[in-house]
Amino acid sequence: MNLSREWLNEFVNVTASDKDFAEAMTLSGSKVETTAVEGEEIKNVVVGKVLSLVRHPDSDHMWICQVDVGKGSPIQIVTGAQNVKEGDLVPVALDGSTLPGGKEIHAGKLRGELSDGMLCSFAELGLDQRDFPAAYADGIWILSDDAELTGLTLGQDIRAAVGLDDHVVEFEITPNRPDCLSVIGLAREASATFGAPLKLHTPEVKGGADGNLAELLDVETPAADLVPRYTARMVRNVKIAPSPKWMRQRLRAMGVRPINNIVDITNYVMLEYGQPMHAFDYRYVKGGKIIVRRAEEGEKLTTLDSKEHTLTANHLVIADEDRAVGLAGIMGGENSEIVDDTTDVVFESACFDGTTIRKGALALGMRTEASAKFEKGLDPMNTLPAVERACELVELLGAGEVVDGVIDILNFVPQPTVLTLEPEKINALLGTEVDRETMVSILKSLDFTVGGDQVTVPSWRGDVRRMADLAEEVARFYGYNNIPTTLMRGQTTLGGFSPAEQVERRLGASCRALGFDEIITYSFISPTYYDKIRWPQDAQRRKSFKILNPLGEDTSIMRTTTLPSMLEILTRNYNFRNKSARLYEVGRTYTPGGKDGLAIESKYLTLGAYGGMDFFTLKGVVEAILKELRCDNISFVAVTENPSYHPGRCAAVWAGGQVLGVLGQVHPLAAKNYGVDTEIYAAELSLAALMDAKGADPVYTPLPKFPAVTRDIAVVCDLAVTVGALEDCIARGAKGLLKEVTLFDIYTGAPIPEGKKSVAFNLTLRADDRSLTAEEADADVSAILALLEQELGATLR
Amino acid sequence: MKEQLAKIRSEALSALESVKDAVALDELRVKYLGKKGELTAVLKQMGKLTAEERPAMGALANEVRAAVETAVETAAQKLEEAALEVKLRAETVDVTIPGKEAQLGHKHPMYMALDEIKDIFVGMGFTVLDGPEIELASYNFDKLNAEEGHPSRDWSDTFYFDEDSRVMLRSQTSPMQVRAMETMELPIRIIAPGRVYRKDEVDATHSPMFHQVEGMVIDKHVTMADLKGTLNLLAEQLFGKGTVTRFRPHHFPFTEPSCEMDVQCHKCGGAGCATCKGEGWIELLGAGMIHPRVLEMSGIDPEQWSGWAFGMGLERTAMRRFKIADLRLIFENDVRFLEQF
Repeated sequence: MNLSREWLNEFVNVTASDKDFAEAMTLSGSKVETTAVEGEEIKNVVVGKVLSLVRHPDSDHMWICQVDVGKGSPIQIVTGAQNVKEGDLVPVALDGSTLPGGKEIHAGKLRGELSDGMLCSFAELGLDQRDFPAAYADGIWILSDDAELTGLTLGQDIRAAVGLDDHVVEFEITPNRPDCLSVIGLAREASATFGAPLKLHTPEVKGGADGNLAELLDVETPAADLVPRYTARMVRNVKIAPSPKWMRQRLRAMGVRPINNIVDITNYVMLEYGQPMHAFDYRYVKGGKIIVRRAEEGEKLTTLDSKEHTLTANHLVIADEDRAVGLAGIMGGENSEIVDDTTDVVFESACFDGTTIRKGALALGMRTEASAKFEKGLDPMNTLPAVERACELVELLGAGEVVDGVIDILNFVPQPTVLTLEPEKINALLGTEVDRETMVSILKSLDFTVGGDQVTVPSWRGDVRRMADLAEEVARFYGYNNIPTTLMRGQTTLGGFSPAEQVERRLGASCRALGFDEIITYSFISPTYYDKIRWPQDAQRRKSFKILNPLGEDTSIMRTTTLPSMLEILTRNYNFRNKSARLYEVGRTYTPGGKDGLAIESKYLTLGAYGGMDFFTLKGVVEAILKELRCDNISFVAVTENPSYHPGRCAAVWAGGQVLGVLGQVHPLAAKNYGVDTEIYAAELSLAALMDAKGADPVYTPLPKFPAVTRDIAVVCDLAVTVGALEDCIARGAKGLLKEVTLFDIYTGAPIPEGKKSVAFNLTLRADDRSLTAEEADADVSAILALLEQELGATLR
Repeated sequence: MKEQLAKIRSEALSALESVKDAVALDELRVKYLGKKGELTAVLKQMGKLTAEERPAMGALANEVRAAVETAVETAAQKLEEAALEVKLRAETVDVTIPGKEAQLGHKHPMYMALDEIKDIFVGMGFTVLDGPEIELASYNFDKLNAEEGHPSRDWSDTFYFDEDSRVMLRSQTSPMQVRAMETMELPIRIIAPGRVYRKDEVDATHSPMFHQVEGMVIDKHVTMADLKGTLNLLAEQLFGKGTVTRFRPHHFPFTEPSCEMDVQCHKCGGAGCATCKGEGWIELLGAGMIHPRVLEMSGIDPEQWSGWAFGMGLERTAMRRFKIADLRLIFENDVRFLEQF
């Protein structure tokens, strides 16, 4: 919402600088976004008088002008424009001046002739012809041709000369305060903020035009539930013309383009009162009848912007006997538009149901200034003063004659909200000690009526409904920053992290200690990502929550796996030519089937890496992470069937009987789908499973008192026998003295026979209560070897 | 014999003084002190002496032996020290050669900011809550007093999963207020961080997914002054002691009175600069006293209990903290970016 300070000052006299004004208004609740001075980009452009002009000797279209810019001796300016005459007053951009868009004007020579500046068109000053209808569309702006530009003096700054110097303040108005989407609404806030009196004006209409309103116009509101109030007046003998300069100036400052006197009046009143207005050409209101009804299914209407719409029963239309002539609260119809030969006008000032207008505008994709106001819920009490003001302006502008009488249909009579003023409750909520008197004076400054303990809320303040709302009004003008700052009292609570969060923190710390960087990926993905990771078309896990209004395909479904997100980031780093990446994320998957139709949201620790990574490095990382969580009974089982992973380099991680997740090399075809031709590794571990597998807090185990005996064994077995099987066999073969088995060599080739391998382990044996003898240790080793041979055909090398 | 001993002594000491290596030293030791050495040879002549001469000569011989032995030890020590010196010199490294890489991973800057905030509030007795991101509109809107028709409910602003606009991606962490009120015993002190989603195209300051942290206190006699006190403490912890804040009125459907808290621009100290867009202040968070209607809807009597709540964007906090100019960097996850933190 833009506000002209010149206009504001009509209602409340505030002389504060823009900066002080912005700060004070912001702190009392009307947030100022920006402040600007109109024409501030224009510098050093003045009013000049063309004293003489002669043809340029070397040009058949340029003129050499001598221009008086109020500096004693005239300056010479060369212009290519053809509309300048001797004696004309024109805008002169002097040497070293700037124009909108940062354009700089400097003295120079044009075909050998000195030009000490430039004569300007209105467009070069950033203006629209609608701002100055008397200006030439194409040519120098002849100020002296515009009867509305009076009192010009030579050398006068052009901004002041043409009224392009208003100060404009841009507000961010919160949706609870539609009343502040108006000059009067903001004036009321400014009045309370600065303690300056609010000077409101009661419109006075002379009326007296020919005809009887009741005979001319009939209004019906069959959709009464959606039309709390409909107010209308009529104007006859209208003479469509541009509106006067002062009105155009105010509209321009507020960001509205002037059109013609009648349309400008409706916009002016909307800005001043916050009440959207509409003007119909009475000729096209067939039967002199206005019917506010729900649209018929499939009914068509072309709006003022020349767009045809097909309507539904959810839309509210303004219709005559035959057809719709406007979309209520959104935009008028082309078929009843004010045109140059319009003579009779109906002014509509209505209050429509906010939700209906909002939904209607949204469905048609046409949110307008009017609909944006209506959707917030307007004050039904405002329609009458607004239409009176419009008629008053018609008379003031001499734009037509107003017919006596008002059509005013009040379908809903709002009852004023009356609250009890309870200063102690307000103070208890705010933590303040504001006295009652101060509260009353604040409320009165906002036009609340206070009688005894009763506070009557003004009709435009639909947002004030209970004590807390009154407390906010008091706080706003007492000053949020004057409220003391205290620390919380009351019962102390024992805060903390949930067990899940504690595990999450430990996992993150482990990952970072192992050299992995944390990433954040989007929770939504493209359905094609499941193809990229080679999930079969009929995979159950493809069933995802689908966003019905996504930003785009790439963010259209909620992922049921974190793998593609990780692969996307690895790919991005690979494409950035980063030599290696080790990444982790604790992120969610979203699987259908949760409570209330929601998702089952599960967290996963996802690791991903390329560059200097191999299966066993990643496995080591996973093992370290599990060890830090004190998980027991960890085993790795080869997985050949996971389509996303290399069939020979993928393992499921188990803790006892529970799968924790999967790790391995990403399938080269999946990597290829991402355009990556290096080995990528990934691991996906379920946080819920890790929570279950997490071991208890440590309890100290006494350090061994007796020395250990170590024995190295190397066995020869078939290539297919896994190290895991050998280790498992060794563990079972020992007779209780074996404390540790460490693989230290795997060898194939001569002299080991074809199809066989030699696997060497270091065994640590120890008893807790004595030093072992060599014989005892050897007996255990023999038992181990026997079992290895018996179960796996592994023989001592 | 006395002369012989004196000669051995002076020769031996002089030779040992200038000995150059361990082999030569050993030869000297054998030469003078060995079983067939010169001193032994002299001592063998002791038998020829008179009984009166023997003790004196014996003492002299022992003294010479001790002197030579000491000299051998001293020489050995000197040689050892010299050898060590040579060895250490040979082992000298170029200390400017880079160290062998020991790479630690890095926490994402957004999580750095979040973890810090969590620690601050846990220290004040707050519990950290987690909740669903795919949420019911009733929790995200209705129970937070954002009635049907509230603009944030529009399909142009919020992501939905069904035509009835019943299930959605939460657009704020505030539904956790309701979930906490419905499930927890009073009094309540919680924070609830997490992902939130809004229909914004990606640019330097927008992302369809970002993170917020919600905070809420419900207790008897909770005031707006408490809210200010707690949030000032947060600002000081995040941005340093003496951080200046201000509170501005604002509007949220679920708080009344509502406010936004600004932090004075660290760069210009409030004078106005590019960082704060000339305002001198940077918006940090939205907050307010929990709307009595919200308390009522969750079955809490606003006459008995009051509370405050706040919500803040985490990316923005992290960006301010680390002077990150573009939000896209946060979600791009370039390791060259990540490894700066």
